[in-house]
Amino acid sequence: MSNSETSFAISSLFQLTALRFRLFLREPEAIFWTFVFPIILAVGLGLAFRNRPADVLQIGVTSPQLYRAIAADQGLKPVTTDQANGAKALDNGSILLLAIQEPNGAVTYRYDDTNPDARSARLLADRAIQNAAGQQAPVHVEKQLVHEKGSRYIDFVVPGLLGMNLMGPAIWGLGFAIVEARQKKLLKRMVASPMPKWQYLASFILSRLVMLAIEVVVFLGFAAVAFGVPFRGSLWQLGLLCILASLSFSALGLLTASRAKTMEAANGWMNLVMLPMWILSGVFFSSSRFPAVIQPFVQALPLTAAINLLRGNMLQGLSLGQMWAPAAILLAWLVVPFAVALRIFRWR
Amino acid sequence: MREKSLEVNRKSGPQSTAEPALLLRNLRKAYADVVAVDGIDLEVAKGECFGLLGPNGAGKTTTIEICEGLTEPGSGTVELLGRNWRSHAAELRQRIGLQLQETQFPEKATVEETIRLFRSFFVRGITVDESIRTSQLEEKRKSRVGGLSGGQKQRLAMACALVGDPELLFLDEPTTGLDPQARRHLWDLVDELKKAGRTIILTTHYMDEAERLCDRVAIMDHGKIIALGTPAQLIASVGGEHVVEFALHGGAALETEPLLTLEGIGSHRVDAGLHQLSVSELHLAVPAIFAAIAAQGLTLSEFRTHSASLEDVFVGLTGRNLRDE
Repeated sequence: MSNSETSFAISSLFQLTALRFRLFLREPEAIFWTFVFPIILAVGLGLAFRNRPADVLQIGVTSPQLYRAIAADQGLKPVTTDQANGAKALDNGSILLLAIQEPNGAVTYRYDDTNPDARSARLLADRAIQNAAGQQAPVHVEKQLVHEKGSRYIDFVVPGLLGMNLMGPAIWGLGFAIVEARQKKLLKRMVASPMPKWQYLASFILSRLVMLAIEVVVFLGFAAVAFGVPFRGSLWQLGLLCILASLSFSALGLLTASRAKTMEAANGWMNLVMLPMWILSGVFFSSSRFPAVIQPFVQALPLTAAINLLRGNMLQGLSLGQMWAPAAILLAWLVVPFAVALRIFRWR
Repeated sequence: MREKSLEVNRKSGPQSTAEPALLLRNLRKAYADVVAVDGIDLEVAKGECFGLLGPNGAGKTTTIEICEGLTEPGSGTVELLGRNWRSHAAELRQRIGLQLQETQFPEKATVEETIRLFRSFFVRGITVDESIRTSQLEEKRKSRVGGLSGGQKQRLAMACALVGDPELLFLDEPTTGLDPQARRHLWDLVDELKKAGRTIILTTHYMDEAERLCDRVAIMDHGKIIALGTPAQLIASVGGEHVVEFALHGGAALETEPLLTLEGIGSHRVDAGLHQLSVSELHLAVPAIFAAIAAQGLTLSEFRTHSASLEDVFVGLTGRNLRDE
């Protein structure tokens, strides 16, 4: 008896989850918003904020001697010109610095000292010219060049987009599906059958986890291949974080949908819940930029916690143990809304 | 009137000593502003097809949803198959089947997927194939629910109700909103279930449906059962199997006393100038009515007869038409 009851329980949970999954796959828009949209967003941001190779600085020179000196530095590109044309080139920005050979052997630099690139150009050009004139550095230095991935904007924004993408479908997906079922009296029909209630709610979360696996792999895979976004932390902990975040947002979605009788009401609740997080939780820029007064509120938001955890894992390689505070916040957002939702859930 | 109908029930009701399929004792349910169910006593025997009949707002749906364990009763006893919802909810859910008003199944699921889902909730029951066959949805098996007609959707709801092979079946207004052909189709399905000996409790506000399908009927109005018995008994209780309707020229006043003393005439009422008489023996009563009217010096502008229906029972009991709501 217990055996057949177990397999029966598994099979109805399976049927419920499979149905959820099928219904999702039969909604073309849902697939677009879940899978394609985050990639388009990442591509757009990646293009806008891509890191260019180190700029070669254009330097105008008035003598072959200066030309040779400047050409010796690979970061500089000399352009032979005369004083009048050089001044014009300086004005339109095609050169950053004009090096003028004075008749007495001295060199005059013309540049805009409010422009950081121009100041760099002066320092580099001056060093090249002094070296060419035989200057020796008093202290010997070795260079170790580091072209670090993980400090670019795209590296910063990918965990933010991932967090946002864990939140949206969990809250919308659950919320709308549940309110629709309530509105169409399907919830009432379901509880009038012998279906265990927890299985109905669990099926939403399970199907979400299946989709989550696909979404996260597609999105992060794209970010890794196209932008070389780093994964410095442990991958299984990253997976665990995604699951935890998704469960928390699902619980929140369940809570927002637990009483609403109409789509309009549900939509209002969802916007109320998500809007502060889109703004405050640091998807596109660091949440620490907000004033100190509202920081406790900002840090307590589940999306802030999720994004901090994802950035900590991916960019800084922190372990879960090192990030216990945001992990605890996220866990609380799983337990409390789920418990409240189960208590106040309106089945009819 | 109520006394009379209860008595009818006692004489003719099922005499079985086995536990009833459904037992209601002094059932009450009040919402904030309205008493929906106002003291209902009812017994439905196993194998019976029982109809709860009444206008919209009579309390039928509240009553059936209390029976289905979806609504908490305010007070009173509810027993199904000798069990109650408080202590045997899980067992009862397995043993009953039901169809609710206005359930919309997910539009993008197919017929088969929907039935398979409901089948998975029941420990025992019929196969999905059998269910699809019984509800005559073979051709629509792979179709999405969103593309079904009203009648097909209702048959799907029936299939989901039957898939657990229930001992007791609740149908809440199964044919409301269906076209006549789809209604007859669903009636045939209920007939099959009756033949198979299943206990069925249904609500309807169609009198013809109750007459066609139900072994016994309870007529509800304002949360009370105002008549209970077989359709034939109820029809007989209003004073005849036939109804004579007539109107007089110029709407002239009619002395009703001489009519009511005639052989075979049960009752008289008048509604908007249209007189109605309940009549048991039409061939004797009609000539007598003609004579009585002529004797008063009146002339008829309209005259017709029809077989009495539960509609007439309701009118006779409440003075209102069912569709007046």
